[in-house]
Amino acid sequence: MKTRFLNLLLICFALSLSGCGYNQFQSLDEQTKSAWAEVLNQYQRRADLVPNIVATVKGEAAFEQDTLTKVVEARAKATSMQVTPETLNNPEAFKKFQAAQGELSGALSRLLVVSENYPNLKANQGFQDLRVQLEGTENRITVARNRYIKTVQDYNILARTFPNNLTAMIFSYGVKPSFTVENEAQISKPPAVSFEKK
Amino acid sequence: MPIAQWIHARAAHLLIAFITCVAFNTHAQDLQTIPPLTAWVIDTSSTLDAAQTQSLEAKLAAFEKARGTQIVILMVPTTLPEDITDYAQRVGDAWKIGRKDVGDGLLLIVAKNDRKVRIATSKALEGAVPDLAAKQIISGAITPRFKQGDFAGGLNAAADQLMARVTGENLALPDAESRSTSQTGNGGFQWMDMAVFLFFAVPIGARLLSGVLGRKLGAVAVGGGVGVLAWVFTSSLLLAGAAGVIGLLFALFASLGSLSNVGRGAGRGGGFGGGGFGGGGFGGGGGFGGGGSSGGGFSSGGGGNFGGGGASGDW
Repeated sequence: MKTRFLNLLLICFALSLSGCGYNQFQSLDEQTKSAWAEVLNQYQRRADLVPNIVATVKGEAAFEQDTLTKVVEARAKATSMQVTPETLNNPEAFKKFQAAQGELSGALSRLLVVSENYPNLKANQGFQDLRVQLEGTENRITVARNRYIKTVQDYNILARTFPNNLTAMIFSYGVKPSFTVENEAQISKPPAVSFEKK
Repeated sequence: MPIAQWIHARAAHLLIAFITCVAFNTHAQDLQTIPPLTAWVIDTSSTLDAAQTQSLEAKLAAFEKARGTQIVILMVPTTLPEDITDYAQRVGDAWKIGRKDVGDGLLLIVAKNDRKVRIATSKALEGAVPDLAAKQIISGAITPRFKQGDFAGGLNAAADQLMARVTGENLALPDAESRSTSQTGNGGFQWMDMAVFLFFAVPIGARLLSGVLGRKLGAVAVGGGVGVLAWVFTSSLLLAGAAGVIGLLFALFASLGSLSNVGRGAGRGGGFGGGGFGGGGFGGGGGFGGGGSSGGGFSSGGGGNFGGGGASGDW
């Protein structure tokens, strides 16, 4: 009788191994890490492009200095940030990192808009090539961010649903932060378009 | 009756909520649908005539046969409300063209009425066709011809240049070996999990059932259980039968070998560990999982990973 009970216990244990999601946690945790690495990789690619763009634009004599310095500063800020895999488990650091990258995105897009006013730049093949590369990089960043968001979603769902949340509690797997936009209220409003000449 | 009223009021609320849900859903589905991947050249805008499509098809098919790389041309009337970049990304994610083990796929998408074109490269080909090269192909080969209405000519020239670039890259050539590995996909079934599960569950189940039902009947029950499980997970009767027989034999031997030392975990574990069941029986089963269909027609290799590389242009 006693052995039969023991057998039953063993069966329960074997079943619970696949049921508690421990292995799933391992695989999804690793997936979020690699998705995050891809995001970093693409951000790095952009940061590497910026000096070339700045150098090209500098050649344009009367280029708006203000726009240019903003790009340089934003890049310096974004690359000076220490990013480790632990950033993923630290919402505060994650937010800071995101803000810095967002600033660089803003500065760069402003630069591209302003560059339209300079016919020399528009005719400059080197600058146009850099533009294409920057565009491709921004694209890759978007894709990498989307994939990161998806994997984090999978991970967080796993971490918060029963009974896996118990496993998460035991092994202290927290919910991971995902990307958001900083100016949510601002972009949910339709843009005001005015054709009046100022 | 207040309760009935309450229910009434609630029902109205629910209905409204439901309707808004449906409304929002249809709104979200306004995106252009992705046509099924049936050929190398898919033209839903009916721009190319049959002969042009065929010659392009033949070219791309021959290239895939020789080099392995899958190049697909998709012409649609429009991608609105999406940007062509986002649409191309969705198509790439859905089709995953490119060999399974290499991941080399190229997508050339034309949105005719939007007058936009995009070359999307899978990650494996980002080196062969960098964004700049894609842009040069678009502005050099495609848009000048498209401006004159020569769509077939533009696509042909673009295909030639893309193929030349891919040929320059030293990707693995398709041969018998790589083809066979690309076909033995696991079909979404995790052999590792199954092996681990059986390794634990079968010995324990065998012991329990043989304790309850007697040795022979218990072994039969375990064999049947394993067979059914294998059938459910792999939907292959042959494999299920094999698994069942292995389970049966294993259960028989297991209960024979360890009847003497009942109740001692350590002794039992040793006895079962030697079974070699998890490795031998199921490792060999991998061959059954495949059975890909490559009968002349087009089918995606399923390995292409589109990470946003490529370039767009308009004419």
